[in-house]
Amino acid sequence: MAQRITRESARSASDDLRRRRRRAATFVAATAPGWKLMLFKIVVLGLLCATALYAALVLFFSDRWLVGSLVILGAVALTWIYLQRGALPAKYLAPGLVFLLIFQIFVVLYSGYVAFTNYGTGHNSTKEHAVSAIMLQNQHRVPDSPAYPVSVLESSGDLIGGDELHFAVVDSEGEVLIGADEEPLEPAESAEVTDGRVTAAEGYEVLEFADLLNRQQEITSLVVPLSEDPNDGYLRTQDGQRAYVYTSGYVYDEDADTMTHAESGTVYRDTGEGAFVSENGEQLMPGWRVHVGMDNFVRAVTEDSIRSPLIYVTLWTFAFAFLSVATTFILGLFLAMVFNDSRMKSRKYYRLVMILPYAFPGFLSALVWAGMMNQEFGFINNVLFGGAAIPWLTDPWLAKVSILIVNLWLGFPYMFLVCTGALQAIPDELTEAAQMDGATPFQAFRAIKLPLLLTSLAPLLISSFAFNFNNFNLVYMLTGGGPRDVSAGVNVGSTDILISMVYKVAFVGARADYGLASAFSILIFLIVGTISVIAFRRTKALEELN
Amino acid sequence: MKTTRTFGRFTAALGVSVLALTACGGSGDDTSADAENDTEQDTAAPEASGELTVWVDADRAEVLADAAADFEADTGIAVDLVQQDFGEIRDQFVSQVPTGEGPDIAVGAHDWLGVLVTNGVVAPVELGDAAADFVEVATDAFTYDGQIYGVPYSIENIALLRNTELVDETPETFQEMVELGEASGAEYPFVVGLDPQAADPYHLYPFQMSFGAPVFGQNDDGSYNAEELLIGNEGGLEFADWLAEQGSAGVLNTNIDGDLAAETFNDGDAAFLLTGPWNVPAAEEAGISVAVDPIPAAGDEDAQPFAGVQGFFLSSQSENVVAATTFMTDYIGSPEVQTALYEAGGRAPALTESFEAALAEDEIVAGFGEVGAEAVPMPSIPEMGAVWDYWGATEAAIINGEGDPAELWNQMAEDIAGAIE
Repeated sequence: MAQRITRESARSASDDLRRRRRRAATFVAATAPGWKLMLFKIVVLGLLCATALYAALVLFFSDRWLVGSLVILGAVALTWIYLQRGALPAKYLAPGLVFLLIFQIFVVLYSGYVAFTNYGTGHNSTKEHAVSAIMLQNQHRVPDSPAYPVSVLESSGDLIGGDELHFAVVDSEGEVLIGADEEPLEPAESAEVTDGRVTAAEGYEVLEFADLLNRQQEITSLVVPLSEDPNDGYLRTQDGQRAYVYTSGYVYDEDADTMTHAESGTVYRDTGEGAFVSENGEQLMPGWRVHVGMDNFVRAVTEDSIRSPLIYVTLWTFAFAFLSVATTFILGLFLAMVFNDSRMKSRKYYRLVMILPYAFPGFLSALVWAGMMNQEFGFINNVLFGGAAIPWLTDPWLAKVSILIVNLWLGFPYMFLVCTGALQAIPDELTEAAQMDGATPFQAFRAIKLPLLLTSLAPLLISSFAFNFNNFNLVYMLTGGGPRDVSAGVNVGSTDILISMVYKVAFVGARADYGLASAFSILIFLIVGTISVIAFRRTKALEELN
Repeated sequence: MKTTRTFGRFTAALGVSVLALTACGGSGDDTSADAENDTEQDTAAPEASGELTVWVDADRAEVLADAAADFEADTGIAVDLVQQDFGEIRDQFVSQVPTGEGPDIAVGAHDWLGVLVTNGVVAPVELGDAAADFVEVATDAFTYDGQIYGVPYSIENIALLRNTELVDETPETFQEMVELGEASGAEYPFVVGLDPQAADPYHLYPFQMSFGAPVFGQNDDGSYNAEELLIGNEGGLEFADWLAEQGSAGVLNTNIDGDLAAETFNDGDAAFLLTGPWNVPAAEEAGISVAVDPIPAAGDEDAQPFAGVQGFFLSSQSENVVAATTFMTDYIGSPEVQTALYEAGGRAPALTESFEAALAEDEIVAGFGEVGAEAVPMPSIPEMGAVWDYWGATEAAIINGEGDPAELWNQMAEDIAGAIE
């Protein structure tokens, strides 16, 4: 009897093994690169490489060597991954990794990089751009000078200088003058003039408008001195039709790397601050981007106008985040318990209503609340308080309360949802057992349900804390960080949290300072990160306890 | 299994193209267009071809599309109109131009100039004699440090709206206006939208000007001088007292925001509303018979509001300056395009010829336009940012009676002076 069973089971086991082998064989056949699959692979990878090659060429032509090489490297890596046998995990992960690199890692690293630069208003680009912008902005048209209808000429024949461009203008006495780069205007012998414009000149070819468009940069950068005396100014044209006489406000000396003011002779030097600076500390704008090391971090904690509000704002941010989590959690838990009680009728519908605030977009709710809290015309004062003039949003302390109330409204449905879920996962038997042991309902809740709930909800509470720590939408939409103490002299209000203060530093006010704002972001990240790590550690301890 | 792999490969291909695109910081097409331009410049082909990129907001796009078609027919250069959200253009322009991916031309407002020039992303456009063809306030607004940056196309400013069924005469002074409004029996004699925390320096500026307290002194060419901060002068203190007075009398009320102010006027509950042309269509739709009056002075001088001028800027990194300048001066600056832009957007044109034609045609536009021609351009110098930071909050505090007006005003003037340094 026993033998037969063994034999049967042995047979079935060997059947099973055979079946599995067969299945594995078809599996291998299916996954082995058949010619169709191989062809498909080659076509798609070929397209990918072609695109990458094209993109890289375009990038190399515009001197973006780093990005271009990265594109090539990426394409090579992807081709390698998909052409080899095996490496299945890499094949699955590669696309996701590409997106992760572009949309997450790059962004984070870039913000980190910006924190160590002076990027912001006035330090927006490269030094080369800054120099050309300063020259362009400070080239002033000579007052009361005439506008010259200009013709652009090209020397024809085998003259030296091949296709060098010239300007031809007609002066007030009707004389034709021709000049070029570093060749002041000279009277020309034989030239034809129609409607005050030179239409032909011996030894030159007059460019048509279409030719102008093809040599735009040459034409617009051509500077023709009016005479040997540089103080007379020079002719330039922007549209190839009209030329004007300009003088330069600044002279750039490339070798000495200095800017000199043409009239006063003040010398501005590159002192490594990302701008030309004169001896008495005056900066020429625009400057350019430079690395400033830890400067932004040092400024964030030492500069007076930032330091004094920083302490206050940090304290309020902690209070705001903590109170927001506490109030929403308590209300959410309370409601979850009420609606979890089987004695409650039509619970489904109540639950549905409870979730509504969660379904509206947060910033919209904040705007509606801002309207309802208007001191004179708001619904709350007018209807609920019978016309009282309670300054909900304009009193520094009441504004803090208001922002917590609104955040409670916005946040409790989430807590209600997760608490309901967690509560339903706790077996009723536990409560029953406690009741049998003579515990009061509160004792049962306090000693059994709450610890169990906290084990599963603690990570959510931590993430909720992190979210509220950076709850920009609410502050921005409800109070804008205000009310402000106008006698304090800083553009920071009593409900500003760190992130809204960073926003003000980066985007509001006289100067946008992306470097400083990025430094602040990193500090905020460090704070939130530290708190989360500590909190998660403690949660683990909680789990072990259970 | 198969499909997953295929999908993976497809996403990978997509990923690399995205990498390439984002690396360019714009669209791949732009770059290729630039590359084409480069090669063509070298070979100097007889046929002009190339592309101008113009950033434009939705309301302006249609008119410009016509102008662009004409331009292409005349010159062979295509104009690529890229629609952008107006509010985004300034910051996008500042960050894109240095990368070489910015447009050649972008639409914008004159008060961006401070930021644009400080960042070195705009180039001056020499209008030459054509500058005299524009309304003075428009060219003044587009002048920065003695140079004109761009071609203006419209002027926008506030004026006083009057409900003609309630009041049938134009008030000369602020006091007279309040009296007329009260006599009309309307619930509110006069409303203006104010924010509880930031008041509204823009709407209150004409009254401040009437006390002789501009923010900055003006140079001869109409540009503002940041070193001459006038906001804290005697007139400024008088204005502060006036604000406190009107605040306690309830004429100025920071709880009436812009929407509420327009609503009370549209309901016929207010005799006067200080606002811009943007609120007129709603009032007319609500059946209010509207007249546009000059802003009555509260002090001894003229109540000049700020003018906001819109126009087109030229990128300092444009590689098509000849084409871009021609398009701006000869097409956007032409009476046809200026009038078409006015008809599409409803703002008074900046070109005198079109401006006068628009004024003769429409009473409302005429009312705003007459005030606008006398307006002062909103300062565009970057120091203005520091002024906005403190200005509104202080005005709100004074109107709400949160301290001595003179003290608060002086404190503000000091803070602004400190922030500018």
